[in-house]
Amino acid sequence: MTMRIVVDLNRCQGYGQCVFLAPGVFELHGEEALMYDPGPDEEQLIPVVRAAAACPVQAIRVERPGEQA
Amino acid sequence: MSPANGAFSANGHVVIVGASLAGLRAAEALREGGFRGRLTLVGDEPYEPYDRPPLSKQVLTGRAAPESTALPQVSGLDAEWRLGTPAVGLDLAAKRVRLADGEELGFDRVLIATGTRARPWPNPEEAALDGVITLRGRDDTVRLRDELAAGPRRVLVIGAGFTGSEIASACRGLGLPVTVTERAATPLAGALGGTIGTVAARLQREYGVDLRCGVSVTSLEGDDAGHVRRAHLDDGTTLEIDVAVVALGAQRNTEWLRDSGLGAGPRGVACDAGCRVFDMYGIVTDDIFAAGDVARSPHPLFGFEFLALEHWSNAIEQAEVAAHNMVHGESERRPYLHVPTFWSFQFGVSIKSAGVPPLGEQVIIVQGSADEPRFVALYGRRGRTVAAVTFDQGKWLEFYVNQIERAAPFPPQYRNVAQPESRQVLQAEFPDPALPTEGPMIVRTGHSPTERAWTLMPARGGRR
Repeated sequence: MTMRIVVDLNRCQGYGQCVFLAPGVFELHGEEALMYDPGPDEEQLIPVVRAAAACPVQAIRVERPGEQA
Repeated sequence: MSPANGAFSANGHVVIVGASLAGLRAAEALREGGFRGRLTLVGDEPYEPYDRPPLSKQVLTGRAAPESTALPQVSGLDAEWRLGTPAVGLDLAAKRVRLADGEELGFDRVLIATGTRARPWPNPEEAALDGVITLRGRDDTVRLRDELAAGPRRVLVIGAGFTGSEIASACRGLGLPVTVTERAATPLAGALGGTIGTVAARLQREYGVDLRCGVSVTSLEGDDAGHVRRAHLDDGTTLEIDVAVVALGAQRNTEWLRDSGLGAGPRGVACDAGCRVFDMYGIVTDDIFAAGDVARSPHPLFGFEFLALEHWSNAIEQAEVAAHNMVHGESERRPYLHVPTFWSFQFGVSIKSAGVPPLGEQVIIVQGSADEPRFVALYGRRGRTVAAVTFDQGKWLEFYVNQIERAAPFPPQYRNVAQPESRQVLQAEFPDPALPTEGPMIVRTGHSPTERAWTLMPARGGRR
């Protein structure tokens, strides 16, 4: 089971909160270019949910495993 | 809501042709807007809707798996899926969509969101060589990723638009030797103009790309096993390569509408500012809508010129407008007023854009410096601001979106944070629009909603 993540990179301004909270999923290339794993393992769920909640511009959308009808 | 729309919302059937970002977002927005009827999504690929931007970045470098790019979906979408079966026709009178497997789907309203595909290499025999790849979908990415993982002697990227530049960046990230060829004088010339393109050229070279501008690839040559090994350029040079990535922009998927009687052609599907599609006589239809890369619509902020926007945010925002207008009566319809925005990550820099840079005649750096490169550049046309482009300065973009929406004077009259000492107005240096470019991602498609047939004039002194 994996979750699904999509980041609105128009909105992302590279604050990097997600990189601190879920370093296995999000990383910055250079100053502002955010790269992320769109389908991380379930064990990353809590860090990813924290990262989504902490994003200053609320650019991260997460679908939890099994959430989809 | 009129009674007719009430009945439609309760019992109608919407067919969405195109199961990608725009199609999925429209389906979600229809449900959010109270549509409780039947919803069918048709897709030519066998996959659930997935996100394309990671394909040329994380997926190529092996950071993410191709199948992991499936887009999040809301629960309760309650849609029927026809995946792996392209639509091949639309019957306006009978209100039916015909699929490749012969199935016919009757609809009350339909959304055309068939997007674009990569422009193929013009020589079909050379295009069929192993190692010659275009990048658009998941399967393409898997092929290219595997070629890159095999450790090619050199990768050739033909065309330095955004896709080509991002692929070159990924190759350098993998430590592979890369040559990029570009017909224009700089990379990204069609999207950002030659003046800002010069900054992109410097970035590429700093990252070790063998960048060759002002040249074209005339032919690709394979070995006895049918794998590409050499590329010949029009300046007489020959490159020894093992992979050739053809990144020559996009073509709109409108062929399936050829006999539909709709205003659809190579430039896209013409629709009004509310996403309702024009028929071939320029008369707006009631039940046919379009959104995403395939749509071209008059933009109120830019002189009502018809624009086709190949952007992630356009797919989302236009799908939302189309969905809203599908379930609402005429007094409640919404126009599509979104200021175009996009991003590209390459060579460790975040490039963002708002507005329509190719409309700009002049450009000025208003914050930061092109030398770093960390800056904001504004594009002006006839005394008004039409676009802003940032390199690693994304936080300022929202302010400039506001300036673009207000048609603020150009050059700007206000002072900025980190303003350069001299604010010099430069020519933007966009290539002649008569020359086919690598894909500016915002295509100005003229003013006529009905234009189905068009002829590309022979390029003046140009080359392929």
